[in-house]
Amino acid sequence: MNTLTKAILVVAALALAACNNPRGGDGMDGMGTGAGGIASTALGDPNDPTSIAYFNETIGDTVNFTVDSSDLSPLAQNILRTQASWLNRFPEYQILVEGHADERGTREYNVALGARRAARVQQFLIAEGVSAARIRTVSYGKERPIEVCAEQRCWDANRRAVTVVSR
Amino acid sequence: MTDLSRRPLLGLLAGAAIAPRMALAQQPLRIEITEGVIEPVPYAIPDFVPENGAGGEYGAQIARVIANNLSGTGLLREIPASAHVGRITSFDSPVQFADWRAINARALVTGAVRANGQQLSVKFRLFDVVSGQQLGDGLQLDGQTNAWRRIAHRVSDQIYMRLTGETGYFDSRVVFIAESGPRNARRKQVAMMDQDGDGVQFLTDGSALAFAPRFSPTGDRILFTSYETGFPRIYLMDVASRRRQVIGDQPGEMTFAPRFSPDGGTVVYSLSVDGRTDLYMLNLASGQRWQLTTTDAIDTAPSFAPNGQQICFESDRTGASQIYTMNVQGGQAYRISQGQGRYSTPVWSPRGDMIAFTKQHNGRFHIGVMRTDGSNERLLTASYLDEGPTWSPNGRVIMFTREEPGTDPSLMSVDITGRNLRRIPTPGPASDPSWSPLLP
Repeated sequence: MNTLTKAILVVAALALAACNNPRGGDGMDGMGTGAGGIASTALGDPNDPTSIAYFNETIGDTVNFTVDSSDLSPLAQNILRTQASWLNRFPEYQILVEGHADERGTREYNVALGARRAARVQQFLIAEGVSAARIRTVSYGKERPIEVCAEQRCWDANRRAVTVVSR
Repeated sequence: MTDLSRRPLLGLLAGAAIAPRMALAQQPLRIEITEGVIEPVPYAIPDFVPENGAGGEYGAQIARVIANNLSGTGLLREIPASAHVGRITSFDSPVQFADWRAINARALVTGAVRANGQQLSVKFRLFDVVSGQQLGDGLQLDGQTNAWRRIAHRVSDQIYMRLTGETGYFDSRVVFIAESGPRNARRKQVAMMDQDGDGVQFLTDGSALAFAPRFSPTGDRILFTSYETGFPRIYLMDVASRRRQVIGDQPGEMTFAPRFSPDGGTVVYSLSVDGRTDLYMLNLASGQRWQLTTTDAIDTAPSFAPNGQQICFESDRTGASQIYTMNVQGGQAYRISQGQGRYSTPVWSPRGDMIAFTKQHNGRFHIGVMRTDGSNERLLTASYLDEGPTWSPNGRVIMFTREEPGTDPSLMSVDITGRNLRRIPTPGPASDPSWSPLLP
């Protein structure tokens, strides 16, 4: 694969990740920030390279996995390297890596699988120089699909790890 | 909603004046479940006779609850009242068996109800219509009026036992997850109901995602996993007071998949840290915890054997998930699932002789049972997504979650023979059932 093709793939993946995850990090039940509350985070201007919106939409906050796997594809590694360099530039952001699974598995196994995926991303970011103290992980198993349908395209989108940044 | 658990039955009293009839030479009616009943046995259960004015409102309702239980087993088929020729107008008058033979009833349940203030007395008798024999003694159950459903369930358990020779399962409850809202932001509340779907109570308010509640061996406590703090953690709840506490984790850990030991004193569960998921035990009295498995793999969904000496669980240590058993002290785990596909959520039967599981194979999900050494695997169901079996208190019926494409999940039950697949009524979408023992 030549460099140009790779670059196009990365751009395509970033665009895909961005439209897959328009909500950024908020809107989850009791997510990290308070008991049972809904976290509210100012996302900022997506054109501002220091903003959360820029991270979510331009860098891309999501990587995807194959069935039952936590292996990082070359594409996923590229996204995570870009995430890491951004996170290293802006050390004021805290990081929560969410691991998710598709619905084609049992509930408990999927929680464990999501934990494995989130840990894999965490380990990759740490290897890229992001401070371990900034990163927490959580697994949602199959409880929070981003796409809802009983088809391959939804299962593919739902096997994911999302890097959620907050101040 | 009345909380019946706070107003238990006063007791189970045999009616002193009710004597068993002389046994006739003929074989009494007996339903052999193990040999497989294909044709349900026809029976009649007229409204219970009110013995005073206040008893009137209960006579029909109690008979309906019992009929729903009995017919729901798939072993019996009710002959509707509209087809009855005979009438039961007095509990103690001789039964005119010819009237019940005329409509081809094999069994007949008669009963009477008397209410005094808060007190309810229910009497019943069970007859083999063909031989004209009474099956067992007449029995009187006394309780409070607001426990009338529980009395009806206890009568149902008595009838079931007399007909099949096995303990019943009707006076029991189910905890489950009541679901609502959009699929990508689902609201999931811990809820509890009678095994027939009546009397739903919500145990959590739904502000935090919760899943997989599990009853204690005495039915007075539950374990479940909730995201109240944003991370999956195990909660122990006292059902009567609704008080709950977090158990079993330390900062940076995720805990889930808890189950009680048979003595209720220990919890086995999964703990994830750094992407590894291992099994742990926690002594509830001392708070001491210890690690059972130490693989890099996913070890989850543990369940105790009823003797408390072994657990079964699933692990992907050799690739796709399989079912293993091991001693509660830890040590070597033995793989018992041998077929093709992925095996998950093993649950030991209350009788100790079988393990129910979820199997994923060729894009379908199944609920199945196997012997505890992995032999005699039988798949009972198949669908887009069947998962999470739980045993009835007598080990005869399995309840589980079913989801078909584009539809909400619901609770289903199936006999361990694979027959009598039924949907359990719930107010809305429901998942993750856990069956209580028979209530004390």
